[in-house]
Amino acid sequence: MSTRNDYVLEIEDLGVSFDGFKAVDGFNFYLNAHSVHVIIGPNGAGKTTVLDLICGKTKATSGKVKFKGREMRGLREYRIVRAGIGRKFQNPSIYENLTVLENLEISHPSGRSIFRCLLFRRTPAIQAQIHAIATQIGLQDHLDTEAGILSHGQKQWLEIGMLLMQDPEIIMLDEPVAGMSVRERTETAALIRRISTNRSVIVIEHDMDFVREIADRVTVMHLGQILSEGSMEKVSNDPKVIEVYIGH
Amino acid sequence: MAMLRTLFKTRGEALSFACFALLILVVLPIALPVFRLNLVGKYLSYGFVGIGLVLLWGRCGILSLGQGVFFGLGGYCMAMFLKLEASDPVSTAIQSTPGIPDFMDWNQITQLPTFWEPFRSFPFTVLSIFILPGLVAFLIGWAMFRRRVGGVYFAIITQAIALILSLGIDGNQGYTGGRNGITDLRTLLGWDIRSEHAQHVLYFLCVGLLLSCALLAKYIINTRFGRVLMAVRDQEERVRFSGYDVAMIRTFTFTLAAMLAGLGGALFVLQVGFMSPSLIGIVPSIELVIFAAVGGRLSVVGAMVGCLLVNFGKSAFSEAYPDLWLYLMGGTFIAVVMFFPDGLAGLFSKWDTLKYRASSLLNRLLPGRSNAPSDPSITPASPSAK
Repeated sequence: MSTRNDYVLEIEDLGVSFDGFKAVDGFNFYLNAHSVHVIIGPNGAGKTTVLDLICGKTKATSGKVKFKGREMRGLREYRIVRAGIGRKFQNPSIYENLTVLENLEISHPSGRSIFRCLLFRRTPAIQAQIHAIATQIGLQDHLDTEAGILSHGQKQWLEIGMLLMQDPEIIMLDEPVAGMSVRERTETAALIRRISTNRSVIVIEHDMDFVREIADRVTVMHLGQILSEGSMEKVSNDPKVIEVYIGH
Repeated sequence: MAMLRTLFKTRGEALSFACFALLILVVLPIALPVFRLNLVGKYLSYGFVGIGLVLLWGRCGILSLGQGVFFGLGGYCMAMFLKLEASDPVSTAIQSTPGIPDFMDWNQITQLPTFWEPFRSFPFTVLSIFILPGLVAFLIGWAMFRRRVGGVYFAIITQAIALILSLGIDGNQGYTGGRNGITDLRTLLGWDIRSEHAQHVLYFLCVGLLLSCALLAKYIINTRFGRVLMAVRDQEERVRFSGYDVAMIRTFTFTLAAMLAGLGGALFVLQVGFMSPSLIGIVPSIELVIFAAVGGRLSVVGAMVGCLLVNFGKSAFSEAYPDLWLYLMGGTFIAVVMFFPDGLAGLFSKWDTLKYRASSLLNRLLPGRSNAPSDPSITPASPSAK
């Protein structure tokens, strides 16, 4: 009990099978508070499925997902979100018809129930929070821009900003720099480092240079199982990892 | 002023609402004889369903082909009350059982069925007009949306429910009046609803309630909840992972649309004087969707205009070519869905853009024409406005 109190998220023996095919099997994962934990692995290794299992999008067939000691498995998605786990999708999913400001506002937790949402007013406090987060994601000058016309990179940042509005303790990012330019990658890395000062971040990524820049800890997945885990240095020297990545 | 801004986002929106209100509050009552005005009132009672469909279908992306169910439930609640009032023992003295509705007597029923009893009370009836359709919609919605049933499947299920209800009413003549419906309604709390004066009053009641509901819908659309509705339509997963209970949001919207439809049904009965299963089956339910589609499913005013226009078209055209009307209406629906998915209201807002484009093109071609008239609400977006 006492030793595990440091972990925000404890996953034990997590597994899911689709018609007998085990997409994720015997997955153990411990997430430290205020750290960036990157999951890497070849295509089809089950990385995205792990995120789906944590956030409840896919129902696990075995195992435990404990967030601060509380079992999350079996809860509905919105309950998991309200508990404090936020998730960004691989393709930027933002509300294209709304402005940047409205996108951020709609993600603010205060109007999640129907009646609060109907009576919602943009208070100065919320306004200030929106501005602070917009500044963090570099969109402070685009608050009134319709989100649909933002660049690809800006859309990715906006979605991260929407997660920040929810103020979750864990943020899960699925390939946040896919399709970004080098400069945008650098900025995203800085952003991720910044937001991990007071929350934990799980990132799925392919780009090794990017992983090296952001990761406190790395888990390598292969065929639904954990192949290796540790610091970036340790895993990149692991013969099993080298075989999977280079041996093919 | 702030209130107005919550209701109407642009000047065009406020203007179109004002024009429509003026039309149905002032112009039509002056211009039309009471018979025609009563018809307009009947069409406007479909407008309540239209407003509900704007929220449900246009904003939240849920197509229901069973809105006739809720229109019918509200209508039947009203009709049952009026029928009981018309069936007092004195006026039904010639029946073998006086004091019960005539169709029950014809079906050898000798005692008023228990579920009719509460409809002797006017307050109960008024409440039930909202609560019964709302409750039915809530149960259907909860069962469907919890299981993530949506899209075409939801449309088919609602259509099936419309069929079940109309057949159920049809098949239980002794309790419901069967295919003939509930007819020969005369007074409301002793007030003759068939007189010209009453028809005028009921028309204005209908218009007043319709405009209030339209304002309510516009308010909802412009709150954060309205934006969440569109978000559910366009990015369901994202909304779910922003911590919203998507199933509950859909159920709420469906329930609200059903309550609006119920109110429309009750006002229909008051103005038309009868209710029958032919008004709640599959065909009328689809017709209700067509009214909203033609007028514009995204626009509250559009949907109300759609109800008026299609019904005027129906009565004009079907008087001349009764057999062709259904084909024309089907064709109109296909044309609207294929070419103007946002209906007349969509065309109208596009027309503004077209006009602007034409005038800016002219400006570019004829540099001397800089003082050409242009719509002030559009100019800020114009690159040449500086």
